[in-house]
Amino acid sequence: MEPPDDKTVRFQINGRSHEGTRGESLLAAIRRHGYEVPSLCYHEAVSPYGACRLCLVEVKRGRRQKLTTSCNYPLQEGIEVFLDTDRVVRHRRTILQLLLAMAPEAEELRSLAAEYGVEDTPFVTDEEHADNACILCGLCNRVCNEVVGAHAIAFAGRGLHKRMESPYDDVAEACIGCGACVFVCPTSCIGIEETEQMRRILKWHRDLPMQKCAACGRPFAPTFQIMHFADKIGVERSHFDRCPDCR
Amino acid sequence: MDDAKLNVILDRHDRDPSALLAILMDIQKEENYLPREDLGRVSERIGVPMSRIYSLATFFSAFSLKPRGKHICTVCMGTACHVRGAPKLVEQIGRDFDVKAGETTADMKLTLETVNCVGACALGPLVILDGEYHGNITPTKLERVMKNLKKEQG
Ligand code: SF4
Ligand code: SF4
Ligand code: FES
Repeated sequence: MEPPDDKTVRFQINGRSHEGTRGESLLAAIRRHGYEVPSLCYHEAVSPYGACRLCLVEVKRGRRQKLTTSCNYPLQEGIEVFLDTDRVVRHRRTILQLLLAMAPEAEELRSLAAEYGVEDTPFVTDEEHADNACILCGLCNRVCNEVVGAHAIAFAGRGLHKRMESPYDDVAEACIGCGACVFVCPTSCIGIEETEQMRRILKWHRDLPMQKCAACGRPFAPTFQIMHFADKIGVERSHFDRCPDCR
Repeated sequence: MDDAKLNVILDRHDRDPSALLAILMDIQKEENYLPREDLGRVSERIGVPMSRIYSLATFFSAFSLKPRGKHICTVCMGTACHVRGAPKLVEQIGRDFDVKAGETTADMKLTLETVNCVGACALGPLVILDGEYHGNITPTKLERVMKNLKKEQG
């Protein structure tokens, strides 16, 4: 093991000592040590946002012990973390009920709730959103901004009317069709369809022609995506005339 | 908005992306709303993604993405005004001008808006017509305030 430097901190999870890096996401540290904490809005590739509240834990620091989301809690020296206290489980159940009211159709959410014995919600579902599985976690948006760099979508409105949307809920002109948002969406509510000619990102109303491989003729990625990445990494666009197999 | 005018607004704020909010306010002051086509040009020229501009423009209720009427009548629906009869005032204006809250008359003369508390509760119920505040409004007083508008509409 490497000698501890000033970036290494010691902390406890459920009474056992562990090491981590100062300032890293507490949730990431917990998981790296093999413990499980549920989450819907966290992905290690992007900045934490604290939207779903499911990653709740109790953190004791000095004499104070409090509930906190772990994804956006920066790891510190000497904290004691408790994962499944009664308080955590009770609050997590309520949060699941609230999320269910928001997206009653979301399969992934239903099954996670079931694990906590939550089958139903006492909260009222807004009819307008009843068929909408989006839980406003913002992951799609962060991935699109921070990883892809396309900035195609964002939150619109606020309060009850908040939604994740392409500008004017119209064709997302800036979307390159990479599908990263579809991949990270925890409730699979964005939707993607692919044919020989087209890739379609349903929620953002974006249709993109597919690039055919110059050698084998197989369509392999949306033309826009290829141009975007060629420009980003600074290679000739023609580098991507062929699919990875024929290159 | 013509190009020269838009550029004047952008230059006034040094085309600074962090001045986006002020830029949107200036555009709305000129146009009465935020035309989609204008926002497209703002996005290109100050290098802020359209998604971000749309996000901001839909967040603040002071912005409108739809054309608004020549006159704007805002009825305060905060708790104090509400209990003192603000909903009745909205109804009254709606009836007299054939317009729903949040919408604009067919002849584009009047937009009727409601807000949740303007912070002048002691004056409630409160109606703001084209930036002018009218407090302690009763149905008769409201008629007087809206009289000129009614005439204009014919
Ligand atoms: S598919 Fe479009 S919206 Fe989704 S991450 Fe890629 S560019 Fe962004
Ligand atoms: S579409 Fe999916 S990823 Fe995006 S905010 Fe909604 S639930 Fe989250
Ligand atoms: S994962 Fe922490 S709040 Fe969603």
